[in-house]
Amino acid sequence: MMPAPVTLIDTARVAYMPPDGVLHGPAIDALMRWNLIALLVCFAAAHLWLIAAVLRRRKAAIPTPQSESQDADRLPKIFRWVLLGALCAMYVLMAITAQRLWAANRFEGPSLEAMQVEVVGQQFQWYFRYPGRDAVFGATQAEFANAAAGNPLGIDARDAQGADDMVSSVLVLPAGREVDLRLRSLDVIHGFFIPGMRLKQNAVPGLLLHVHFTPEVPGTYPILCSQVCGLGHARMEAQLRVVSPPEYEAWMVAHERAHVNRGGQ
Amino acid sequence: MIEGRTRLRLFTTDHRAVGVLYLLLALAAVTVGTFLSLLMRIHRVWPDTALPFFGVLKPEDYLALVTMHGTLMIFFVLTTAPQSGFANLVLPEQIGAREMAFPRINAAAFWLTVVAFLVLLAAFFVPKGAPISGWTSYPPLSAVPAAGPGQGAGMDVWLASIGIFCVASWLSSVNMLATILGERGAGMSWTRLPMTVWAWLVTSILTLLVFSVLLAAVILLFSDRHFGSSFFVPLGDMVNGRIVGRDDGSPLLWLHLFWFFGHPEVYIAVLPGMGLATSLLANFTRRPVPGYRVMAAMLIAIGLLGLVVWGHHMFVSGMNPYAGTAFALTTMAIAVPSTVEVLGWLAMLWGGGLRLKTPMLFTLGFLSFFIAGGLTGPILAQPALDTYLHNTFFVVAHFHLVMAMAGAFSLFAGVYYWFPLLAGRLMNEGLGKLHFWITVVAAYGTFFPMHLAGLAGEPRHYERLTGPVASFSGLLPLERGITYSAMLLASAQLLFLWNIFWSARRGAVAERNPWAATTLEWSPEKRLSRVNRGPYEYGANFGETDFCAQWEAVTKQE
Repeated sequence: MMPAPVTLIDTARVAYMPPDGVLHGPAIDALMRWNLIALLVCFAAAHLWLIAAVLRRRKAAIPTPQSESQDADRLPKIFRWVLLGALCAMYVLMAITAQRLWAANRFEGPSLEAMQVEVVGQQFQWYFRYPGRDAVFGATQAEFANAAAGNPLGIDARDAQGADDMVSSVLVLPAGREVDLRLRSLDVIHGFFIPGMRLKQNAVPGLLLHVHFTPEVPGTYPILCSQVCGLGHARMEAQLRVVSPPEYEAWMVAHERAHVNRGGQ
Repeated sequence: MIEGRTRLRLFTTDHRAVGVLYLLLALAAVTVGTFLSLLMRIHRVWPDTALPFFGVLKPEDYLALVTMHGTLMIFFVLTTAPQSGFANLVLPEQIGAREMAFPRINAAAFWLTVVAFLVLLAAFFVPKGAPISGWTSYPPLSAVPAAGPGQGAGMDVWLASIGIFCVASWLSSVNMLATILGERGAGMSWTRLPMTVWAWLVTSILTLLVFSVLLAAVILLFSDRHFGSSFFVPLGDMVNGRIVGRDDGSPLLWLHLFWFFGHPEVYIAVLPGMGLATSLLANFTRRPVPGYRVMAAMLIAIGLLGLVVWGHHMFVSGMNPYAGTAFALTTMAIAVPSTVEVLGWLAMLWGGGLRLKTPMLFTLGFLSFFIAGGLTGPILAQPALDTYLHNTFFVVAHFHLVMAMAGAFSLFAGVYYWFPLLAGRLMNEGLGKLHFWITVVAAYGTFFPMHLAGLAGEPRHYERLTGPVASFSGLLPLERGITYSAMLLASAQLLFLWNIFWSARRGAVAERNPWAATTLEWSPEKRLSRVNRGPYEYGANFGETDFCAQWEAVTKQE
């Protein structure tokens, strides 16, 4: 995704957020941009102030004791209040804008049309389970988990709804359709992170957690692990492939056929 | 010339000697911690290079380095030195007390800390080495020995060390609290306390509250590992092919307990620096502290608010998103008292004419890093943005600037400032200034570019930059620059060490009150009758001088 750089300019290009391909991405990127700019301005202003203070000489007269004017060179109080007020207003604005975005992304669940995919983390691998044509995930039991036998997630063969469940090591999604991911972990806490989708959510053993998003731009996006999970943490990667709806349908059919040929779970 | 230089005796109960011992312990810890960080930096950019003690690093070795670096720096440097180290040096004098309230408990606390330190280092030498789950030790990774190398004996040793450390900091803060509350001399009213004492008061209370919770959490985790309980491991949890979850525990419980400790811990590390900065700015600008009561109140406000912001470490942890909003708002609220403090300091600089001695330079450096690191706080406090930045190098940049560098610079400022009190000599100014300028440039060179790596999405705890799917090799030139800068940063500290050793024997002999300071540790008399004035009476014309020390008789002003 990031070609090896030749010049400093190449480095500068990769040293910022990668292009995003998700519906809620532009809003996050815009928020990030104005926050970074506002805080960079504060940083610069404070440091100009520091440098100016270092360079300024003291006024010659030593003021008389015990008078308020002994600090004629002290900053007018009103100025500090105005500055404090302005900064607090900025914090309030940041809090409001960010909370609106957070609420839009997380307070409400996905729409009813959203497709469901299960994401399962295990040292050091991501698995993606599609519920199949019945759109229902079959039951799983940790005791049945056996990657060598083709059942890494422990799908329970006694549950008929699991018969058409398909497990993939690549997350393939159609562009433009909302996805509801349900995240699980089999062993330790993992961090499900797709930088290109501006999405991060831990997968926690014992919890079933949901995040939803709508991938928009077809392409391949790396999926990382963002929570240290053991010695293979840095190589716990997978791919998200966002494809057009017909391509997705074709992939699904091919995958289903392979699944049936293997005899299902 | 100061009489009766501080003599260093082991098992002493003299508070000043205990303070020096704490600083020496912190020096040992910071030396090891810095060495480990250099190994990490070298491995990141030259992964195939053989390193001292480790050879070519294995992935688990890298994570062990991360864990031990974080644990050493946070517990044994940033918790011990600014609080126990400096407070033991000067706290009793600053409040007009003759001694600490409980000198023996105080000394016991130090020796327990030494034990904790040695136990921690032992983790490198147990079978399979040091733990790899980071200083936050999230379960089940930390609860199940099979989860990785170092998670067996190494993790047990880590837990033991932290448990001992909790008890030690507890004892130390009980002593400090009792001293501040009960041992103040005549006339030392609340509004006459130097700001450092206010800071130590707040950090002592925080230490009592949060280290108790950490101790409880550590004991619960130990019990999960050895006594068959299941506080943090959920039912059916399967690690390395074996079912280890016997009962329905919750990993999130650990996160709550740990961060209830972990966030106030940051304030324990940095509040003493804030108090010291206030005192030093008053001294080296020769001005009183504007709004003394407000500044003290804001330290308390930061301490109190600091107890209710821990959830901002958990926005993506699976915590309820509504709770995320609540913690985001408390976190934004803590920006307000911090801003008041910063504006107070900046206002003190307004008149210019600063005395740019080395302690003042390091105070200005503290201010610079506190601002630089503090400003990214509001970004990370917002769950919408933190969901992208969480656990990336952006966060590494944030806390290394606001906690590590601001903390280290306040430590440097304190050492340069109080050195004459211990050695009777001043530290060399030329060397000190050189040390400051190299350190400030190298520190920015090391930690500022990490923001960019974080924005590019690079997660923490990655032992290599290239993976099968995602590659951060585009960041290699940046990473190389960081590594060079970190090497410069570390080697510049040799100047500081040399300065200490050289100045202790050859430095310019100091007068009794070399900085023309007002607070009581600089008083010429050991015993004083009564404190008659506030801590920062600078700037006006008091006869011959431009300041009036706290030990001066009440008549001097007339």
